[in-house]
Amino acid sequence: MTFNPEITLLIALTVISAATPLVFAAIGELVVEKSGVLNLGVEGMMLAGAVSGFAVAHFSGSAFLGVLAGVLAGMALALVFAFLTLHLRASQVATGLALTIFGIGLSALVGQSLIGVAYSGMPTYAIPVLADIAYIGPLFFQHDLLVYGSIVLVVAVSLFLKHTRAGLIVKAVGDSPEAAHALGYSVLRVRYLAVLFGGACAGLAGCYLSMAYAPMWVESMSAGRGWIALALVVFATWQPGRLLFGAYLFGGITILQLHAQAIGINVPSQLMSMLPYLATIFVLVLISSDSGRIRKNAPASIGQAFHPIK
Amino acid sequence: MTTQTNSHETALVEMQGITKSYPGTLANDAIDLQIYSGQIHALLGENGAGKSTLVKILYGLLQVDAGSIAWQGQPVSIDSPAQARALGIALVFQHFSLFDSLTVIENIALGMAVDANKELHQKIIDVSSRYGLLLDPDRDVYSLSVGQRQRIEIVRCLLQSPKLLIMDEPTSVLTPQEVDELFVTLRRLADEGMAILYISHKLNEIKTLCSEATILRDGKRVATADPARQSVNSLAALMMGNEVASVTRAKRTPSSDIKLQLSGVSLKAKEQHGVALKKLKLSISAGEIVGIAGVAGNGQDELMQVISGEAKLPNAKKLTINNQAVGKLSPGERRALGLCCVPEERLGHASVPGMTLSENAFLTAHHRISLRTAGFISNGKSARFTNQVIEQFNVHCNGPQSLAASLSGGNLQKFIVGREIEQQPSVFVVSQPTWGVDAGAAALIHQSIQAMAQLGAAVLVISQDLDELMLITDRIAALCAGRLSQVYPTRDVSLQQLGTLMGGASIEAGAVA
Amino acid sequence: MISLQARAEPSKLMGVCAPLIALLVTLLAGLLLFAILGVPIGQAFYAFFIEPVSSLYGLSELGVKAAPLIMIAVALSIGFRANVWNIGAEGQLILGGVCGGAVALYFYEVDAWYVLPLMTLAGILGGMLWAAIPALLRTQFNANEILTSLMLTYVAALLLSMLVHGQLRDPDGFNFPESRLFHAAATLPIIMDGTRLHIGAVVALLLVVVAWVLLSRTLLGFALRVNGNAPRAGLYAGFAQKRLVWFSLLFCGAAAGCAGLFEVAGPIGQLLPTISPGYGFTAIIVAFLGRLHPVGVVFAGLVMALSYLGGESAQISLNLPVAVTGVFQGMLLFFLLAADVLINYRVVWRKRPQANSGASL
Repeated sequence: MTFNPEITLLIALTVISAATPLVFAAIGELVVEKSGVLNLGVEGMMLAGAVSGFAVAHFSGSAFLGVLAGVLAGMALALVFAFLTLHLRASQVATGLALTIFGIGLSALVGQSLIGVAYSGMPTYAIPVLADIAYIGPLFFQHDLLVYGSIVLVVAVSLFLKHTRAGLIVKAVGDSPEAAHALGYSVLRVRYLAVLFGGACAGLAGCYLSMAYAPMWVESMSAGRGWIALALVVFATWQPGRLLFGAYLFGGITILQLHAQAIGINVPSQLMSMLPYLATIFVLVLISSDSGRIRKNAPASIGQAFHPIK
Repeated sequence: MTTQTNSHETALVEMQGITKSYPGTLANDAIDLQIYSGQIHALLGENGAGKSTLVKILYGLLQVDAGSIAWQGQPVSIDSPAQARALGIALVFQHFSLFDSLTVIENIALGMAVDANKELHQKIIDVSSRYGLLLDPDRDVYSLSVGQRQRIEIVRCLLQSPKLLIMDEPTSVLTPQEVDELFVTLRRLADEGMAILYISHKLNEIKTLCSEATILRDGKRVATADPARQSVNSLAALMMGNEVASVTRAKRTPSSDIKLQLSGVSLKAKEQHGVALKKLKLSISAGEIVGIAGVAGNGQDELMQVISGEAKLPNAKKLTINNQAVGKLSPGERRALGLCCVPEERLGHASVPGMTLSENAFLTAHHRISLRTAGFISNGKSARFTNQVIEQFNVHCNGPQSLAASLSGGNLQKFIVGREIEQQPSVFVVSQPTWGVDAGAAALIHQSIQAMAQLGAAVLVISQDLDELMLITDRIAALCAGRLSQVYPTRDVSLQQLGTLMGGASIEAGAVA
Repeated sequence: MISLQARAEPSKLMGVCAPLIALLVTLLAGLLLFAILGVPIGQAFYAFFIEPVSSLYGLSELGVKAAPLIMIAVALSIGFRANVWNIGAEGQLILGGVCGGAVALYFYEVDAWYVLPLMTLAGILGGMLWAAIPALLRTQFNANEILTSLMLTYVAALLLSMLVHGQLRDPDGFNFPESRLFHAAATLPIIMDGTRLHIGAVVALLLVVVAWVLLSRTLLGFALRVNGNAPRAGLYAGFAQKRLVWFSLLFCGAAAGCAGLFEVAGPIGQLLPTISPGYGFTAIIVAFLGRLHPVGVVFAGLVMALSYLGGESAQISLNLPVAVTGVFQGMLLFFLLAADVLINYRVVWRKRPQANSGASL
């Protein structure tokens, strides 16, 4: 099989677009989990973002407004989750699941009239000069703003956690909310902000799916990506750099099945479609069995409700 | 009777008529307290006397119902810890507020609400070396010992140049040698003019360290005294009032019938901060009480798990009960053979907080007491056994159906100890039997343990409370970093020698008797 | 200002009332939703809640929908109580349907008494096999069963799709992705003439009784409850945690697999690309709504079955999208979780916010 640069470029571009929603959803959840909260409702928030973004973009003609709507939709659902788990101290697992079921249903309801509606997709921006380099140019420097945004976001989160005082507080709250509370930090406020950030990112992920990746609205179009994002956070042992790598790895696997026939692999499409989910399980097993690494990086208080002792 | 060291000076802190109540309790009842600069002032009282409440008020964590506070002669209202710190008050908590996965400098930065930069790095090194509290700013906290963690707390306070340093039960987690080192630091600070409020119930320490002591009992200030002029007994009498529960050591002659034996038990550490057990040798005969002294974190948890069966041994013969190899048996099988044990943690380990006392009784008792009918759990039988325990051990509760979590610490401990004792084991192992328990319950537990030995059981008590061990045990050893010292008859060992053993040295090579 | 004060002991009264409060609020929220959608409230209320159960046939359909929900939820609630979070019941259901359905097709046109029992056995084993994977991964590798069981659900759905498009497709079916219709000996007996109510409903109720006795009266049930409440205490008592995880997951797998088989051998009658409207996920809500108690699960199952029927009825008579059902179910769980607060906390009114009290709300 000869190396065909055009086809390789196309495949590489599809990997990038498959990875981007995972990057958004996972980096948001990483921050949430660093603060000690486990939000299983990523799937629901993504769909909320997807349908809102698509609807607003379609009706207003502005991609920017669409993205804004998607972000707000994700944050709105995240707010419900935060209120139930942080204020009312409901079980984080149960609430996250409820969020997913609700999000799937609500988005399907809202998106009823949008099925089959065409959308031109998001505009891409070529970075001057760099985009003209042969092969590398179109691969790295000619994308829509969300793709660029995803990379910038990962870098920003990494710097935030490592080098800012606010990032240190987030890690502290996730390590021991009791100690953070004793030192005078508002555990609830930190977690609220983290959860809202996660919701915004999930909303962005959804936006990307319906406005750039597809671009269209289909019921439950995230197809489990929210859950893969959750696994990604564990795979990355809560480190942004590794998360980016993991997202692209998973994106690649997802794409592989689309291009399998092109490369000459003759396997039923369903079998190929299973790959990302099986890969997630495989990776999860690998990481979880290394308890040392988990203990060093996993936020110690994750999933437990915080009860301030007066 | 009050003595004042600097009667012409204004007190640094003057608390007058402090009153604070909660639903059902009057925690502080018109308490007066004066602390002077350069003074090490003890706040003495039993658990529940009101010390914590008073200190929280001083540190701004609680607000008074009535009373006033004057700082350097000026009336102040301390509304928050931040305000307390701004005045110059620092508090080292009994339970540390530290983040395991972060470094020392990050922890200190968070505690002071500043950035973890080079300036702070240097300051930490300066302060820690100046007062003999050596710390490496870049170490991860999870890798530090308890004594080192306390240093972080103290350094964090000292970096804010406080005028008053409050220490809440600082020595409950230290070896006698570490306590001496801490006292050197505190004396130096006091010489430099700092006032220190030292909260404790340890009478010997207060006599050694403090120049004045305010004694609280049941929310009231009962006396302010100079510890040097008091004896341990008179201080104890002031602290506990008339109901000084006295437990005398009964005369026992242990038999030669060895019930529990560890013949070189070794176990690898399971997790990163776990402690490996190294070739433990111990034998306990019927009718005797053996004590193992040691500061928390030296392998007590691991030892308890090996004995109870939560951790299995590679070689089953290294642990025997009644000469039977039990190293690989499950907890249930060991119970059937006559072993009953009480782990350190009351809620979540020895009992299930969300279940009733009746269910908690079934938890362990069903192996030795018939609590089932035709294979099904019998609620009636469980309830009867539970009532038996409640009566025998004077447990204050709302009957067998009350939830374990609703009992006070002392009552829950009585229930748990009682549950095991009522099963009439031939081997009884208990860890920290009276930790956090009021004096009355502690006395009852001590009496019951001694009664068991009287009836022929072999008893092992693992404890941090050296006074307790000296009181009720026949023989004693120390556990340090997973190694067990030689076992000595208790009456032949002094507290100082015990401290040496706890520090890992042997008596002959170690400190003065 | 409202704040929460912890109760000394959980309120038993609220334990019963919370689901009722949640139902009521969901009802009101649902009516609000209808109003927003521009649907006449009275009509919507009738279509959703009254119409489905207004006839004997309607009641039998309630049973048809409730049976798999109750079966799965009862098993799930045992697992949840033991702190084993099986979210992949849907996948186990699918595997049960696939395995049992495969057996049915293998014995196509064979008229023998053993076909149905064999199918049921295959369904149960299929579900157990699918649940064994997360059990193994958790006990051996400490992998979180929420994610593993969930990923396997997607794999199961794809497996079903592949088989129905390929090996198990009806050769005389004009290339539609569906299997042959099961023959009479491979179909569940109906227990009420003129309806689709099959023997699965009876099995579901039997399972409820078994679960109740297991949980409240046996040592195993006790061990499961202790493990969910305080795992360390379970170890202290000598309960082997790994064994409990295996039991919880295999029990769920068996129940879900059986439910899956009942679906394909009962109301559906063949293998299709989709054999469940999300029963495995809805069963999670049923378990919570039923307070993780076998008897509560029966009532909760009936309520949720009604929500399915209501959604279908509303779709027919009011042109509402069937997604409304998902919205209702999600809302119900939200409000239930919110109402649950009242079990452990008391709502307290404070006249003024106090500077010191430290109430964090």
